[in-house]
Amino acid sequence: MSEIHAQTVSYVRETMLPEQEPPVTERGAIKWVRENLFSSWLNGLLTLISLYFVYWVLSHTLGWMVYGIWDASSLSECRAIRDELYGEGANVACWAVIADRWHQLLFGFYPAEAYWRPVLALILFGGALAPILFDGLPRKMLMLSIAAPFVCYWLLWGGTIWGPAAVALGFVIGGMIYAYSQSIIGVLGATIAAVLVPILYWLFLAGPIAGALGNTLPIGINAIGSAEFGGFLLALVIGASGIILSMPLGVVLALGRQSDLFIINKFSVLFIEVIRGVPLIVWLFTASLLLNYFLPPGSNFDLMLRVIIMVTLFSSAYIAEVVRGGLAALPRGQYEGADSLGLNYWQSMQLIILPQALKISIPGIVSSFIGLFKDTTLVVFVGLSDPIGFSNLIRATTDWNGIYWELFIFIGLCFFMFCFAMSRYSQYLERKLRTDHR
Amino acid sequence: MTAMTDPPNEGFRLSQLIYDTRYRSMTIQAVAFMLIMAGIIWLANNTVQNLSALGKDFDFGFLWSRAGYDINQRLIEYSNDSTHGRAAMVGIANTLLVAVLGCVLATVLGVIAGVLRLSKNWVVARLMTFYVEGFRNIPLLLWIIVIFAVMTESTPQPRDFREGGTASMILNDTVAITNRGIFIPNPVWGEGSGALIAIFLASLVGIWAFRRYARKLQEQTGQILPVLWVSLGLFFAPVILAYFILGRPVTLIYPELGGFNFTGGIQVRNSLIALWIALSLYTGAFIAEVVRAGILSVSRGQTEAAFALGIQPSRTMNLVILPQALRVIIPPLISQYLNLTKNSSLALAVGYMDVRSTLGGITINQTGRELEGMLLLGVFYLITSLIISSAMNLYNNSVKLKER
Repeated sequence: MSEIHAQTVSYVRETMLPEQEPPVTERGAIKWVRENLFSSWLNGLLTLISLYFVYWVLSHTLGWMVYGIWDASSLSECRAIRDELYGEGANVACWAVIADRWHQLLFGFYPAEAYWRPVLALILFGGALAPILFDGLPRKMLMLSIAAPFVCYWLLWGGTIWGPAAVALGFVIGGMIYAYSQSIIGVLGATIAAVLVPILYWLFLAGPIAGALGNTLPIGINAIGSAEFGGFLLALVIGASGIILSMPLGVVLALGRQSDLFIINKFSVLFIEVIRGVPLIVWLFTASLLLNYFLPPGSNFDLMLRVIIMVTLFSSAYIAEVVRGGLAALPRGQYEGADSLGLNYWQSMQLIILPQALKISIPGIVSSFIGLFKDTTLVVFVGLSDPIGFSNLIRATTDWNGIYWELFIFIGLCFFMFCFAMSRYSQYLERKLRTDHR
Repeated sequence: MTAMTDPPNEGFRLSQLIYDTRYRSMTIQAVAFMLIMAGIIWLANNTVQNLSALGKDFDFGFLWSRAGYDINQRLIEYSNDSTHGRAAMVGIANTLLVAVLGCVLATVLGVIAGVLRLSKNWVVARLMTFYVEGFRNIPLLLWIIVIFAVMTESTPQPRDFREGGTASMILNDTVAITNRGIFIPNPVWGEGSGALIAIFLASLVGIWAFRRYARKLQEQTGQILPVLWVSLGLFFAPVILAYFILGRPVTLIYPELGGFNFTGGIQVRNSLIALWIALSLYTGAFIAEVVRAGILSVSRGQTEAAFALGIQPSRTMNLVILPQALRVIIPPLISQYLNLTKNSSLALAVGYMDVRSTLGGITINQTGRELEGMLLLGVFYLITSLIISSAMNLYNNSVKLKER
């Protein structure tokens, strides 16, 4: 027995074996490649095809881009430099067109000595946007947000400071009436007065006041007409005004479409469906060809303003549909809960419904903003010079006749930056506002 | 203990219109109605005044007068002696052509890209992300112009196809890709081709009936028929057999180089192809996102449950995942189709003669009938949108979750 025991014991291991390394195919880069790139023959084939595609694209473009020529004043000069450097007919880009004409692509015909104005306006706009986009910033910056539209307008179009100031005064008047007259004429009366008085003021008083002040105290900068705007400046002005103006209009339309009031509901539906059923380009042609028919005889206003109005109306119909989706997605209990608290319609919308509905619709709203910004390129068809229009103008000059890709790549990259930033911000906002626990 | 009494009936006072919730909504609606009507009357009145000041009337008679301009790409018979109405019809046909072609290709591209973006294959997934983000964040107009430029810059001229030239025709000398467009063989419908088409349609009906039967059999007995192979066989075999039995009723005229250009075949212009590819790639990127969201919306437990039941991976996709994903995919897919149809009006950028370029472009310029032309154009797009959305809604209702 003991012999057997002794024999057995001699086979018992007293220390743990050291951990072995996993086999080579199961660790590190090889495992990753095996699992991610060549897990099956189909996957392997796809990987090889994609790698070959990437190689093919890069081999055709990388050298062209990297060896591009930056310093020339015309395409023929560019070609001469190329022949000298890389030999006859080498395939390299001529980035010199961007170096030569970037200011036109960005600012259009805006006078060069006034470039600081759009740049300052853009910085101001960014500063005004920051407290709205990121709530970690001091709330005092919201004052900047309120003032920014008027200051930006004044910076971009110039003229005396009294025009925008007189318009801004209308809002101040409306706000004062709403705040201080409620005790005298009641909430309803105050609301009506706060809307009517500023409108009357803008129609009849604002112009003369601004004119008189402009004559006595001519504080101002050079006026620059809308015809000088172009390139990305134009796209940004149209895009930003469209985005800012279409948001409230879209929310109102969505509420109208969800409303129980028959007439308001039907008009909202009609408006939204008609706008959405017809392409933007047709609406832009309507703005440029037909708007004169619908307005009182003899009235005529800026093409850029007309385009902004049309883009706003167009985008508001899309936003209305997105917001309606958000409103419909809210559980019925939220509406009933608001009612049972005794809130009236506007209170329940403002405090309970809209904050939740808008949160749900953020991705949709941002993607329609991106769509709007991309659609600003369509204004080229009604005769405004957006970046694509300017690329045509640059190509029409004798210096740069025949240049395509460099301009397209530059314009595409600029649009990509703006749109990609917007979509990333919407993802950030979604994460921040997510209140459920996952 | 006082008995409940009705509030004293004081009769109707005017202030009730504002403060009594029973009447307030009526007041609001009446005011809104009057304001909107006043606005519409104001606009209509302005229009009438402006028209009379310009000495114009409101008349659609121009549709029956001679158009006098040529349209290079047309599906239906048209010459410059035809009427403006006919020109509009040619434009409508062209718009619908590019819209249908675009919807088909965009769906194919979108489904492939959407599925591949979810693939575990790192390279493929990155490549698809690159495609989707690139096309979603850069304006469609730029893509149309770029693709048109690629097509005209990098394809050979017809004269390069001559003897000893640098270019040659592809697919056994039947198709020529040139910078003026792609030339494809022109079919000639001879004696007996009617019967051939009838047989083709009959085989389509046969496929449909067989699939129905197979589905029923599977639901009743669990037996699975080889649907794909039988469908493919039904699709090709009868038509090919009939083609030879009837003595080859359809012949093809191949494009041939004559003088400076190809003759004989059908010329598909670069404008159409560039527009088609750009629209499909652009909308395909959006559809890819829709498809991806749809597949992700089906919870992982569904796949696991299907595997637990012993269903094969390929059938899991068809029987479990797709039917549920389709409910999420279809509604946004409808709006993508609508977007594509409306975006086809960007044909303007490459000179493709769609309805906006004929009716909304040359006709308006020639006749000076902006109001009537734009109105007709708007009505056409509205009707098209309504038809597409109602057709797709019907389909959506058939795949929707049947709640009991």
